[in-house]
Amino acid sequence: MARKELPEINAGSMADIAFLLLIFFLVTTTMDVDSGISRKLSEKPPENYDPPVIKQKNILEINLNRNNQMLVEDEEMEIKDLKQFTIDFLDNGGGIGKADEYGPGKKCDYCNGAKKDDSSDHPNKAIISVQSDRGTSYGMYITVQNELLAAYTELRNRYAKKHITGQYAGMSYDDLLLLSGNDKENEALKAVIKKVKGAYPQIISDAEPTK
Amino acid sequence: MSKFGKKKKGLPAVNTAALPDIVFMLLFFFMVTTTMRETDLLIKPPQLPNATEVKKLEHKSLVSTIYVGKAKPEDQAKYGSGDKIQLNDKISTVNDIANFIYSEQEKHNPEEIPYMTTSIKSDVACGVGTIHDIRIELRDINALKISYSTRKGDLKANIK
Repeated sequence: MARKELPEINAGSMADIAFLLLIFFLVTTTMDVDSGISRKLSEKPPENYDPPVIKQKNILEINLNRNNQMLVEDEEMEIKDLKQFTIDFLDNGGGIGKADEYGPGKKCDYCNGAKKDDSSDHPNKAIISVQSDRGTSYGMYITVQNELLAAYTELRNRYAKKHITGQYAGMSYDDLLLLSGNDKENEALKAVIKKVKGAYPQIISDAEPTK
Repeated sequence: MSKFGKKKKGLPAVNTAALPDIVFMLLFFFMVTTTMRETDLLIKPPQLPNATEVKKLEHKSLVSTIYVGKAKPEDQAKYGSGDKIQLNDKISTVNDIANFIYSEQEKHNPEEIPYMTTSIKSDVACGVGTIHDIRIELRDINALKISYSTRKGDLKANIK
C-alpha cells in the first residue's frame, strides 16, 4: 500500500507562543507570601459597660511617646530589655490564678518567677497594656508588639518542653505549631497546643492613643 | 573554494523540538507558585516593618488588605502629605473601611466570614493613630481578625 507522506507540521513558533504566555504570567503575578503579626481585636463593649476592676499589679503598663521612647511601669526602658522584663512579669506567679472550668483558681505551679507581691498573680491574670501616642511610629509599635510576642513564645516553649507528656513530650511550642501546620486535622495535637496556649494566654490590650 | 562550501552544508540544524516543552514547564511552574497581582498601589509602596514572631497568612482568598502609607510624591498636591489609606484601587478615608469589609465578606459563604482576616500593610513611618482608627472601624463591624503585615528581619530597621 502506498502511504502518502504527511508533511511535518512546523512547530518552530510553539516556543514563541509559550514564551509569550510565560512572560504574561511573570508580569501579572506575584510570589510574595503574606506574613505578619496576627492579632484578635477585642469585641466592641456594650454601652454603659463598666470595665472590671483589675489590680494594678496584674497590669504591665507600656507607654510609647511620639519620639519613640518607651516607658515601662513609669520608667524609661530600652527595647532590648523589654522581653526579659515581660517574661519576669508574666512568669511571676505571686498569687492565685483565675477560676476556670476545672474549678477555682490555683497557684501557678509551672511558673519560675520570683513570686513577688508587687508583680502579677498568675499568667492568666497578667495583662499587658500598650498605650501609644497618635504620633508614635508604626515601626516602633510593631517592634514592641514583637518583643511581647517573643516573651510569650519563650515562656510557651519552656512550658511545652517541660510539662507536655505523651506523644509530644519534649517538643517546643514552635515545633508543635510547625507540626500542626502540616497536619491540620490532628485533634490530639490541637488539644496540646490549646493547653500550652492556656498556660500562658496572650492578653495584650491596646489603649486609646494619646493625642 | 569548493572545500569551504562543502563544510557549510554539513552542519546539522540544532533540534529545538524540546524547547517548547521546557518553556511550558517553566510556565506551569510560575502558574502554580504565584498569585495574581490584585491591586495597583496608589500610595508609595509601604516599607513594611521587620519582625521575628511572624505567622504566615493562610487562605489567601480570605484575606482583605488595607494599605497605609504616604501618597506618591507626584500625588501629594492632590491628596495631601498625611497618612493615606488605600482600599482596592483608590485612596479612601477611614469611614470607607466598613463598606470595603462588607463587600469583601459578600464574596464568601457566611460560614467562612469568621475566618476572614484583614491584613494591614503599613509603612513603618506611619503614625499609630491611623492604625488605631482602622482598628476601631474593624472592631465596630466585628471583623476582629487582623494581621499586621511584616517581613522577617532585623528589628533595628524599624526605628530610625
